[in-house]
Amino acid sequence: MKSWLTTTDHKRIGLLYFWTAFAFFLIGGLEALVIRAQLVKPEGIGVSAEIYNQMFTMHGTTMVFLALMPLSAAFFNYIIPLQIGARDVAFPRLNAFSYWVFVLGGLFLNASFVAGPLFGAGTLSVAPDAGWFGYANLTSRQFSPGPNIDFWVLGLQILGIASLAAGFNFIVTILNLRAPGMKMMRLPAFAWMTLVTQFLVITAFPVITVALVLLMFDRFFGTHFFVPAGGGDPILWQHLFWLFGHPEVYILILPAMGIVSEVLPTFSRKPLFGYTVVVYSGVLIGFMGWGVWSHHMFSAGLGPIADSVFSATTMLIAVPTGVKIFNWIGTLWGGQLRFTTAMLFALGFIAMFIIGGLSGVTHASPPADLQQTDTYYVVAHIHYVLFGGTMLGLFAGMYYWWPKMTGRLLSETLGQWHFWLTFVGMNLAFFPMHFSGLLGMPRRIYTYGPELGVTRFNQISTVGAFLIGVAVLLFVWNLWRTRTKGATAGNDPWGGATLEWTIPSPPPVHNFDVIPTVASRLPRWSTSQLRAIPEGAEHHEPIHVPGGSWWPMTTALGLPLIAVAALSHQLWLALAGVAVVLVGIYRWAYEPLEGEDV
Amino acid sequence: MLVSVVAACGGPFPQSTLAPKSDFSAAVDHLFTGIFWWAVLVFTIVEGLLLFTIIRYRRREGAPQPKALHGHTALEIGWTLAPALILVFIAVPTMRTIFTTAGGAPAGALRVEVIGHQWWWEYRYPDLGIATANELHLPVAMPVQLEMTSADVIHSFWAPALGGKRDLMQGRTTRIAFKADSSGEFLGQCAEFCGASHANMRLRVFVEPDSAFQAWVTRQRAPAERPAARSPAERGAQVFARGACIACHTVDGVPQARGTIGPNLTHVGGRATIAGALFPNTADNLRRWVANAPSLKPGSLMPMLPLPDDDLAALVAYLQSLR
Repeated sequence: MKSWLTTTDHKRIGLLYFWTAFAFFLIGGLEALVIRAQLVKPEGIGVSAEIYNQMFTMHGTTMVFLALMPLSAAFFNYIIPLQIGARDVAFPRLNAFSYWVFVLGGLFLNASFVAGPLFGAGTLSVAPDAGWFGYANLTSRQFSPGPNIDFWVLGLQILGIASLAAGFNFIVTILNLRAPGMKMMRLPAFAWMTLVTQFLVITAFPVITVALVLLMFDRFFGTHFFVPAGGGDPILWQHLFWLFGHPEVYILILPAMGIVSEVLPTFSRKPLFGYTVVVYSGVLIGFMGWGVWSHHMFSAGLGPIADSVFSATTMLIAVPTGVKIFNWIGTLWGGQLRFTTAMLFALGFIAMFIIGGLSGVTHASPPADLQQTDTYYVVAHIHYVLFGGTMLGLFAGMYYWWPKMTGRLLSETLGQWHFWLTFVGMNLAFFPMHFSGLLGMPRRIYTYGPELGVTRFNQISTVGAFLIGVAVLLFVWNLWRTRTKGATAGNDPWGGATLEWTIPSPPPVHNFDVIPTVASRLPRWSTSQLRAIPEGAEHHEPIHVPGGSWWPMTTALGLPLIAVAALSHQLWLALAGVAVVLVGIYRWAYEPLEGEDV
Repeated sequence: MLVSVVAACGGPFPQSTLAPKSDFSAAVDHLFTGIFWWAVLVFTIVEGLLLFTIIRYRRREGAPQPKALHGHTALEIGWTLAPALILVFIAVPTMRTIFTTAGGAPAGALRVEVIGHQWWWEYRYPDLGIATANELHLPVAMPVQLEMTSADVIHSFWAPALGGKRDLMQGRTTRIAFKADSSGEFLGQCAEFCGASHANMRLRVFVEPDSAFQAWVTRQRAPAERPAARSPAERGAQVFARGACIACHTVDGVPQARGTIGPNLTHVGGRATIAGALFPNTADNLRRWVANAPSLKPGSLMPMLPLPDDDLAALVAYLQSLR
């Protein structure tokens, strides 16, 4: 127990990220099922407007910040040091700090579900309820007087700190800790996409932090940044939010693209087709992702010039995205495809992401978007991208790397069931939403009239959503039974090409007995390279492994204290929180580097 | 085509984006249809290619190790240029439509001010001196300009048959212009999440032939009808003028009733719906609404008004008489 609380080992932190994020994924999924249950018939099944609005707000917030991002982070943590031939990340204690800040921020946000009685309200009444996009001026104290939005504003600021710290950590890790010979253009594609993602994180999160701080000032100190009656501008919020929000979409999808770029070559027995182009298009997407934000705001009436410009940039970003898809098909072409569960999820990713990409192009066109925006058509689009894309990609990663992370293979039989149920379920859930949206069903409505004629589509969507739920339960069962019953993985169950497959599963605490020297992009597949990598050398120099530390977690604990102080207007608690953070950082900075040699 | 596929699953679809009834939504529909078919084409080619590859190159026993292809420059250039070229065919009509649908209405267009409230719509016809709520009446084949703002949070006006969404924001005026090409009753609703009862912020647009529209205008410009002496409605008028109603509602012709927080009720009896176009305008619904609005519309700013049963009945009779 203590060793997990104080751990600075990237592999343990990776597992902590995985289990925590997966738990939040289950919570976010339950919220989705409440939403789908309510919409199964006109006028709903009795979920109140207030509860429904909390459900879709927390579903979006949870899936983006507490499930998809940290599930990607689980793989960054576990896999990146192994792929680049490092013993750990560049700043192991900062890495632990990121994790603890993430878990505490997530708990703080979700505590809002049960915190009602502390504010003289019921449970399920003070969770955030203004949408994951939190548009001003609905979020102002005047129109949202309760603590709901306070939980959101404070919780997201806490989570931002976790993401930023991790972002800097992984940039430094990838740039500086590569094994000898691993030039940038020999980096595995997953590491490249991770690097691009982290640059997006460190540039996009400051933007939303600014927006959140301004909103916090509006709510707590009576400023008017977003209050039109006081000379403020709610459109400013939209610009800031989407200036963060669109790069955020790429923060969510690029890691999954990286995973797929690892899985496809392994199970095709062919190197990634057009590696250079895949890398450069990833970098290009990273840059272009900054120039498209106002396509979320076509209905705000920014004028024809702005609409044209943002329409053009948005359409352009489809080009590097399409290029990636063609290169993945090129990877498959002429290969010897093995349809393991990981491979099925990767192929499912491509097939579903194409649909999400194409519907994206239809609302890159502002006039068309004026009909589509804020309807279920857009809900269909984001779920094809973020579930069909990101989540299928992450599942591919789980099946692919689980044996590396635990030493045991997940059951392929359960895995195939998991894939097909997910695949059928998601198409049943999300495809009919294209129709309900085009036929006039707006999003974020807890009730709709029978006269709209969209009942049948909603019924199908609900059945699909519950099928996904069954599939996820199968996956949970698969994870559980693999702990004891899974087949032993060995170093390399798949015949992978990258460095993580040269070492035991799970790897020893120091990862590599001898840091390998890399001479090619696919070290495991080039025969000359194989000889250069000594596997489990009997005798190696003693390797210093740093010990654990309490201070990252202690420092992280101060942050939710400050947030609770803001919620309860207790100055002393805020000062105590600041003191905890300062003491934590001080002790952390002067902590002697103990540890052991292995 | 799309319409016929969809029609198999029910219908009619009174809020559909695929049944344009104005120049604006026809232009959008035309544009979307073009993009849709490009998307179908790309979908078919790419998914077909993917499926073919998956089947053709599945692993076979004893097959040789695949050739390690690392890339192909001509292919890369090809599949960069092909999507770019398709995008040109989407971008050009898009830009054209942006400008045709963004232009203001021609001179002489009917101007309507739309003001969003949590959770109802206020309409003012500045050139006709009319104020009404939730149900918008427009003449067919006449250019219309909606000038929109909000009294509180951001809303978005959306009547899909007539035009795309346009957001309403406090302190700003946004515009949308269109010309309806056939008469009828069209549904719409708020499309920007605006709080507890966002789902209940609905609207209707009645597009009418000129004569019917003029008749409606004449009726709306008249002050409220005085109820007949000693009728239940007359008693209701007294309940109305004495009670809390006048704090929020206006009835032209009733000097005390000057409230502007809620909808103008001068001709509420002539509307098809009440409560943000949510319920049919029947005596029963009016009674339930006046007695306990928040129970029918979560978060409603209209408070519960506990009235004796006979007062309530009289008040409902009065509201119905305001035709």
